[in-house]
Amino acid sequence: MVVQALAFYLFAAMTVASAVMVITAKNPVHSVLFLVLAFFNVAGLFVLLGAEFLAMLLVVVYCGAVTVLFLFVVMMLDINFVELRQGFLQYMPLGATIGIILLAEIAVVAGGWHFAPEAAKAAAAPIPAIETMTNTHALGAIIYTDYVYLFQSAGLILLVGMIGAIVLTHRKRAGVRRQVIADQVNVNVADVAEFKKVETGKGV
Amino acid sequence: MAEFWDGYLWPTVWTVIKVLAIVLPLLGGVAYLTLAERKVIGSMHLRRGPNVVGLWGLLQPLADGLKLFLKEIVIPTGASRGVFIIAPMLTLILALIAWAVIPFSDTLVLSNINVGVLYLFAVSGLGVYGILMAGWASNSKYAFLGSLRSAAQMVSYEVSMGFIIITVLVFTGSLNLNDIVEAQRGMWYMFPLLPMAVIFFISVLAETNRHPFDLPEAEAELVGGYNVEYGGMAFALFFLGEYANMIMMAGFTAVLFMGGWLAPFGMDFIPGPIWLILKVCFLLFIFIWVRAAYPRYRYDQLMRLGWKVFLPTSLIGVIFYAGVAFYGGFAPGMQ
Repeated sequence: MVVQALAFYLFAAMTVASAVMVITAKNPVHSVLFLVLAFFNVAGLFVLLGAEFLAMLLVVVYCGAVTVLFLFVVMMLDINFVELRQGFLQYMPLGATIGIILLAEIAVVAGGWHFAPEAAKAAAAPIPAIETMTNTHALGAIIYTDYVYLFQSAGLILLVGMIGAIVLTHRKRAGVRRQVIADQVNVNVADVAEFKKVETGKGV
Repeated sequence: MAEFWDGYLWPTVWTVIKVLAIVLPLLGGVAYLTLAERKVIGSMHLRRGPNVVGLWGLLQPLADGLKLFLKEIVIPTGASRGVFIIAPMLTLILALIAWAVIPFSDTLVLSNINVGVLYLFAVSGLGVYGILMAGWASNSKYAFLGSLRSAAQMVSYEVSMGFIIITVLVFTGSLNLNDIVEAQRGMWYMFPLLPMAVIFFISVLAETNRHPFDLPEAEAELVGGYNVEYGGMAFALFFLGEYANMIMMAGFTAVLFMGGWLAPFGMDFIPGPIWLILKVCFLLFIFIWVRAAYPRYRYDQLMRLGWKVFLPTSLIGVIFYAGVAFYGGFAPGMQ
């Protein structure tokens, strides 16, 4: 257990440290990179909990896809750091309120465990037990049976969001020549080129 | 104290030895893959390729490595130093840690985890960070353009790769790589899933930034792309990472579609690891062959191919093969 405990404290400390760096780093690109590090360490914590499927999903979805797009945008922004710092006091109350609400919610959950120890035990014991079934089977057996409609509608909501974003940002520009791949593939040599036998010294 | 030694230290030492047994041959393989590429392309061009250093040019990789090792590493002004230095290391490390889950035989695997496929998928997806970080930290517009292209390209092709992996998983019902290999005892997935295997291989070419999709490098327009500001060992790390990534993705393809360490035609007298290496070499030869045979894609055509051709095709493939598995009774638990 010593090694597990050491690993836990390593991952937890790294998560907290990189989360702090996300909000204190001066450069937004560094912030995003620290965010990736934080995700990675959280994935490590998931592995320690025995939730390897969630850990891999976190790395694939958040590190591999979402944050890449995020980084893509942040790298291209032209950011004025002086202006950013001026806005700090203005947004401070809002940010602090959200932080306090999250802290209070965690306190309520942990407090509930204090009053009802059996609830904490229920939360700590995965159903079904890890030994009987792999993570992936257990999640699939729940998501695709009991919660299939909720799961599908979550997917639909994401799809609608994506289509909405495309519709909002897509604009038709006049005077743009578009490539029609089918036409190009169907072109015959005889239609576009002509072969001529040219006599030496005469020209066409 | 004895418990500490037996419980933790000896297993750790043993694991380190196993890791070295994988990584050292792999790095040798990377070095000689560069030579093989130059030799193979040379003979396809009716040239000789490197033949001066050592017998048939066999010492050429060592000479190249020594040259890069002796060169100075220049960090450009205005570069983000930390990120600039970490990027090449990250590229190589990600290409190496993927080998932890690749099975060399039914028992010979460093870490036989339940989610091996997802692990490989995650690690190959993270490879984009090395390139993005290098491009951004170099503080150069050519490097930056190269890295942006690469990020868009890798994210696009990953989507269709994910769908193709799902078609394989529909037939195996497990994310464990050894289970996937065992499920191919009767027939390699390459044959029933041939269209998927072909699309997967082409996506792998795009994912590893190889020809004809090596737009991030595109030396004709971007003077070398994301690694243009790197020199000496930092460049060598990128180079090693890229080739190690090729070998890794070839290994992944071999496990998914060509039966991994399984011997074809019942030729069991040749051990599994050798079969895996032979399959990886075959795939790497095709990597090089494609480079010699095809011209580079234009960037918009590359994106079109990824999003408008491969994504719908692989999505239809998932539905089709899931139907075949369900109604044909091939799905796991139905036999």
